[in-house]
Amino acid sequence: MLLQAEHLHRYYGKHCAVNDVSFTLTRGDVLGFLGPNGAGKTSTMQMLCGVLAPSAGRIKINGIDLLAQPVAAKQHLGYLPDTPPLYRELTVHEFLTYCAQLHGVAKKNSRQAVRQAQERCGLTTVAKRLIANLSKGFQQRVGIAQAILHNPDVIILDEPTVGLDPLQISEIRALIRELGRDHGVILSTHRLSEVQESCSHVQIIHQGQLILNESIAALNLMMDTGIVQVTTRLAPDVSQLAAITGVNSIEYLSENCIRIHYSVANNPTPRLTETIIAAGWELQELTPVKKSMEDIFITLIKDNRS
Amino acid sequence: MTLFAIASREFKTLFLSPMAWTILAILHMIFAYLFLTQVETFTMLQPKLAVIENGPGLTDIIVPPLFGNAGIILLLVTPLLTMQLICGERRNKTLALLLSAPVSSTDIIIGKYLGILGLLLLVVVLVSIMPLSLLVGGELDTGKFLANILALTLLVAAFAAAGLYLSSIASHPVIAAMGSFGLLLLLWILDWTTGIKDQRSELFEYLSILRHFQNLQSGLISTVDVGYFMLFIGSFLLFSIRSLDNCRLFK
Repeated sequence: MLLQAEHLHRYYGKHCAVNDVSFTLTRGDVLGFLGPNGAGKTSTMQMLCGVLAPSAGRIKINGIDLLAQPVAAKQHLGYLPDTPPLYRELTVHEFLTYCAQLHGVAKKNSRQAVRQAQERCGLTTVAKRLIANLSKGFQQRVGIAQAILHNPDVIILDEPTVGLDPLQISEIRALIRELGRDHGVILSTHRLSEVQESCSHVQIIHQGQLILNESIAALNLMMDTGIVQVTTRLAPDVSQLAAITGVNSIEYLSENCIRIHYSVANNPTPRLTETIIAAGWELQELTPVKKSMEDIFITLIKDNRS
Repeated sequence: MTLFAIASREFKTLFLSPMAWTILAILHMIFAYLFLTQVETFTMLQPKLAVIENGPGLTDIIVPPLFGNAGIILLLVTPLLTMQLICGERRNKTLALLLSAPVSSTDIIIGKYLGILGLLLLVVVLVSIMPLSLLVGGELDTGKFLANILALTLLVAAFAAAGLYLSSIASHPVIAAMGSFGLLLLLWILDWTTGIKDQRSELFEYLSILRHFQNLQSGLISTVDVGYFMLFIGSFLLFSIRSLDNCRLFK
């Protein structure tokens, strides 16, 4: 168990930003923290890193209580805040060397650690440049390099791919997956596709509360329903289609165009086409509609509100 | 260990921007001018002084006024140097780096303090070099000279501690600078009330920085005065550590 958070609460004045959040992280997990803006993602992450003290609750990192022994616990922690904390007047190499010292990397290992972090984040070519003169994407990478430099057990990245171009995003995602193999990684994002691509677990946080805590596989199971969009030249008889096994429900888009929700386990598509052709409605289009996590996200939030 | 890493980064960063160089150059120019005026005064007074038995010597005429003026100038400059210490990190969002690193608040504060103290000690060195040049043609009262160096060192150390505290509570660097300038100036002029209508406030007299500074300058190194500065520095460093801890709780 790398990280244990128990009943975390955080109040800003009377406003409750984080309300009773509990979860755990084990080695090899990449945990995606999802939520709309202002959901409490950043506050939760700041509490996990000791930047913010929780109003109530307990955090253990590698079994060490963060509040009782902050220095010992933070040794196992790498953190990239939402704004990368960079000293703009230093070069990349100087900055990373300073970070190595801050995290207590022994002097003889420091050079090696800095070089490795630079290589992993693709910073070798800009190592001697001033951070102030780097583009936003490179600055973001320096931020990530800083977080993984001392080889911490728990790596916490707050929106790591913000401001990067698509190529850089896929590089960083690959890096995160690689890090996830022998560390525990927590990353926050408001893009669901990112979680789908690089995480092994997902947590959805909304208005300070954890409304979903599942593995990606379990989440995909939850997304069992598939949708297919059917267009015919003549208006079909809906009751006849609804009777086919595997069809859950039918939704009207227009007279000739319907959306059929079905169960993936019992895919009715071949039976559908047969029925339509046999009835002579003249099939013009049959397109699978990809259901993304956005749908689940919206459903969950709706459920939570009602 | 990490404490010195923070201190050395703070010190080096000052010299990476034109800031430290500009401040050192301008201060040195002003000090040099002050020094030369004192030397001029001495050459004018010399014939009269020679007649007085046990009269003030070269050191008395030149060193205390020079160090006294340096104190006043540093009262103006130190708040500008210290204003960014914590406040600037908070505004640039770099404070999170220190707060999430395995470093205690004490290490952060002391490290920052030592970093800025390094620059201020450099200023003290620059001021002290000038009277040494008098050794070419005259003699210095070493005891008195060293006492003045000690007085100025303690003074800037106290200024820096107060400035650091104000920087750790202020939300904007200008507020930090103005706050520490106001505080230091008030403590500097606090004992001016004495002498008016025979009033004396022992508390005000004790709190006044100027009085303790001048006592040390006169060559009288007493525990009361050194203790005052030590307490002053210690308290403000402690306040700063507390305020840094607090910012995790009530942000």
